[in-house]
Amino acid sequence: MAEVVALAAAVEELVHDGDTVALEGFTHLIPHAAGHELIRQRRRDLSLVRMTPDVIYDQLIGAGCARKLTFSWGGNPGVGSLHRLRDAVENGWPSPLEIEEHSHAGMAAAYAAGAANLPFAVLRGYQGTELAEHTSVESITCPFTGEELAAVPSHRPDVGIVHAQRADRAGNVQLWGISGVQKEVVLGSARSIVTVEEVVDELEPVPGEVVIPAWVVDAVAVAPGGAHPSYADGYYERDNDFYVSWDEISRDRNLFTAWLDRHVVRTKDVEGYHRSLAAGVAA
Amino acid sequence: MSATATYTADEMMAVEAARRLRDGDVCFVGIGLPSLAANLARVTHAPGCVLIYESGTIGAKPLELPLSIGDGELAETADAVVGVPEMFAYWLQGGHIDVGFLGAAQIDRWGNLNSTVIGDYDSPKVRLPGGGGAPEIATSVERVFVTLRHSRRAFVEELDFRTSAGDRVAVVVTDLGILEPDPQTHELTLTSVHPGVGVDEVREATGWELRVAESVGETREPTEQELGRLRALRTKGRE
Repeated sequence: MAEVVALAAAVEELVHDGDTVALEGFTHLIPHAAGHELIRQRRRDLSLVRMTPDVIYDQLIGAGCARKLTFSWGGNPGVGSLHRLRDAVENGWPSPLEIEEHSHAGMAAAYAAGAANLPFAVLRGYQGTELAEHTSVESITCPFTGEELAAVPSHRPDVGIVHAQRADRAGNVQLWGISGVQKEVVLGSARSIVTVEEVVDELEPVPGEVVIPAWVVDAVAVAPGGAHPSYADGYYERDNDFYVSWDEISRDRNLFTAWLDRHVVRTKDVEGYHRSLAAGVAA
Repeated sequence: MSATATYTADEMMAVEAARRLRDGDVCFVGIGLPSLAANLARVTHAPGCVLIYESGTIGAKPLELPLSIGDGELAETADAVVGVPEMFAYWLQGGHIDVGFLGAAQIDRWGNLNSTVIGDYDSPKVRLPGGGGAPEIATSVERVFVTLRHSRRAFVEELDFRTSAGDRVAVVVTDLGILEPDPQTHELTLTSVHPGVGVDEVREATGWELRVAESVGETREPTEQELGRLRALRTKGRE
């Protein structure tokens, strides 16, 4: 049953060194505040899972939190490469990073299978790609038709972390807009943390909403602006300028480390992060 | 060349890719040039084109181009927004999508694409973002449209890594011309050059011995109307 707690306490209790952790959010509702808290608490040797490891995973990898990355597209959307991810894969900085690479279809199916409590997912995929030779995928024969299909092991993370628009005081979570694999990762993980823009007395229905009941969530934490530079439909827009500026910040190890130190490590929480960014812009 | 035609190579590519979409086509769209092309088609000759972004937005009708495949504008203007597992399982694998746009770092003469690594997979010279939706887009849609700038670095004899298969590639639009698969052998063949480009220039920019059609056409220049619509869409998008 979800408890509404402080984000730092939720991360401290639920995420341990060496855990497999999936922070999800497909462009929308990316749980940046929770990722920053993992960095502040110096989590190490994490096996990170995410379809689109973008800026938040670039930060976690550059901060030395990750041992392994399971993913399907690792770039800065609309901008280019993730320089911290590249530096880790190409040069082993700040530490070597093991990768397990899938296609989007394979990752999405693996999350859905995890949510369904199945050991693997079946799809018509990984055909004509050399990825099949480098990743965890096997061929399986349909027992009814004889068709050869692809099987990928399901995602069953130790901890699933997502951001949502709001929760009620009992910890029931409501999100809407582009909903990615949020529901699947919460249901498929052993433990889960949901950060929200706000806690309200009552959840007013919204068209296209996804409701995640309190009894499948371990912790709900309020983190206003917690998706920034991603966005929260109905609250704030995507900070496209930040994504563009990340290219330069992340290109250089020292610039990156200084940025992370100033805006994440030496801030206390998501409010501190936003104050620090605002001060940076003013200066 | 007409006096009005001042346009960039990217604009020529986007306009030509857009022209090849048919009204009513359901397209799986990536960010950047594909998004530009599909939206241009939608606001010009193919208003019935359905744009699907892999973030789960079906029938998106953005007024401005998004920077990412999941910008709020896409969800707000969509007919439906579905989860990502549903997008790939029901809609793409389900066989409901006609056209898929792909880009890449490398292409070979069979239309196979590499968007994964330059160099060896286990110790790459350059780690690229990776395939994302490409492997299954390439085998699930009816026609794959590739947009790619022409150079020997990109048009290679042998890929460093095959991210997706070329079997369903219908057209490759570059900044120099248009390549289409030979109906018999499926080998990519130069069928048109853009205004001001010579066949030898395209040969020179291709890392294999390029097959050239018996009669190579010249691509129609972008019209003022196409350029106007294109630029109106581009205020936010970057390519």
